[in-house]
Amino acid sequence: MIAVVDRPPQRPLHPVHAFFLAATVTLYLGALLSDLAYAMSYQVQWTNFASWLIAAGLLFGGVVLVFALVGLRHAYRRGRRNLLYAFIVLATWVLSFINALMHAKDAWGVMPEGLILSAIVFLLICVAAWMGLSNVRIGDVP
Amino acid sequence: MKRLALWAVAGFSVLLAACGNDADLSQQGPANFGAEPVLPDRQRGLLPSMTIASPTQWGDQRPTVPQGYVIAAIATDLRIPRQSLVLPNGDILVAEGKGGGAPKLTSKDVIGGYIKAQGNSSVKGGDRLTLLRDGNGDGIYESRTVFAENLNAPYGLALIGNQLYVANQDALVRFDYTEGQTQAIGAPVKVTDLPSQINHHWTKALTASADGRFLYVGIGSNSNITERGMAAEVDRAMVWQVDAQTGAHKPYATGLRNPTALAIQPGTDRLWVVVNERDELGPDLPPDYLTSVREGGFYGWPYSYWGQNVDPRVRPQDPQKVAVAITPDYALGSHVAPLGVAFSAPAMGGVFADGVFVGERGSWNREKPVGYKVVFVPFRDGRPAGAPVDFVSGFRGTDGKTRGRPVGVSVDPRGALIVADDLSNTLWRVTPAR
Repeated sequence: MIAVVDRPPQRPLHPVHAFFLAATVTLYLGALLSDLAYAMSYQVQWTNFASWLIAAGLLFGGVVLVFALVGLRHAYRRGRRNLLYAFIVLATWVLSFINALMHAKDAWGVMPEGLILSAIVFLLICVAAWMGLSNVRIGDVP
Repeated sequence: MKRLALWAVAGFSVLLAACGNDADLSQQGPANFGAEPVLPDRQRGLLPSMTIASPTQWGDQRPTVPQGYVIAAIATDLRIPRQSLVLPNGDILVAEGKGGGAPKLTSKDVIGGYIKAQGNSSVKGGDRLTLLRDGNGDGIYESRTVFAENLNAPYGLALIGNQLYVANQDALVRFDYTEGQTQAIGAPVKVTDLPSQINHHWTKALTASADGRFLYVGIGSNSNITERGMAAEVDRAMVWQVDAQTGAHKPYATGLRNPTALAIQPGTDRLWVVVNERDELGPDLPPDYLTSVREGGFYGWPYSYWGQNVDPRVRPQDPQKVAVAITPDYALGSHVAPLGVAFSAPAMGGVFADGVFVGERGSWNREKPVGYKVVFVPFRDGRPAGAPVDFVSGFRGTDGKTRGRPVGVSVDPRGALIVADDLSNTLWRVTPAR
């Protein structure tokens, strides 16, 4: 088929992509809340929770990252918005990986960098989810 | 998780490879030992610096000893020998075992535990005491019997009269002992339970007071630096004084992170200890140490190190405890990991007659490895005086391979140093050449 379209057709995310994207939001939210709980209570179990939630976030977020990058192979997904989406997903994963290493410090050694990174990662995944999931309805700006 | 593990392992591998190229085995920074060690600033990168021992066989090689001394392996194929005791008739008892098994709470525990295990023996702990005998005094211990078995990671050993005390990882027990005996008669009697919940640091060091009334038990902390919570540290990081008759006990000194070996100074009733200090504060911080122990003294852990240097990783902090923290007597160097201490005897000869021997299992939390040797700390007028001297070395070769890791040491007053090696599962004996 040879067809040139100046306005690419809008496609919703693959359901698996959407599932992992939405789930990653909750994992990083949990990590942020756990860090806050540790900062306020000094109960180390919270930082253990944060450590595992970040690990799970890296796993789920890694699936999202693969979808986002592989999606860029298709010309019709290579709009500026999709590039930005893929970049944010990548940045989230990289910062989250650094956050995982930060959370490998013992006890209060995690703080305050761990809490700050958890907050940034959560904000980024929210932006990514907004962009990714709103694609379902609105699509690229031409 | 798997992805994280792969990345982390890849990251560590790069780090380790980078370290492996560094053939320079130079030692600690300036004056990281003695009464007034230099304490640099705290530092910790994104990854803790690690160089894990890469084990290999001894083959024809032997550890290096000073001129005028000889070394021989008097027992091989032991099952994780940790501490030894020279009995009055010259027989040697060896405690073999590997305890611990603290639950892994974070992904760090899983990955770090795997990496560190690469530097250890894969042999299963023996949970037993082996007795070695040199019947004719030729230096060959031709007789070897299992003195007792089915113990629970036995470590510390002490003899008071005809009672042999053994510190398992969960209880202090005793056997009846008569001179010449090669096998215990019957099951041990429990003297007292010892703190064993979690058992992050499981070794229970042991020695007896000069008058035989008391036993001293070293109990390590349940974490590096309270990362298992403050509640896990009740009855940990301290030395107990135990009444040998009744088993009644009380904390004798506290704030000692991991007191891995104890000894009474001959001719006195002064207790000495070697302590493994906390990790992940930098390559030259804080020093592991040798110190005499003051009754009722607090030595800093977890709130501070080397006296009153506050560790910011501990919350809540405790400035009142920090204010009373005692500075130890003698720094051995950071991360050298002392696991054995024994006072020398005149029969050891020459410059090695007055002082203590310290077995250093060797570092992991440091790019350039340190320890992996037995050092001698010379004493004058009953106090440490001067730099530590290598007495048994060569456990980590210039090829970067590690052939053994020295742990418990004991002195035979007839003139021999006994060194347990828990990597090659060997018992070494160093004597003045005749």
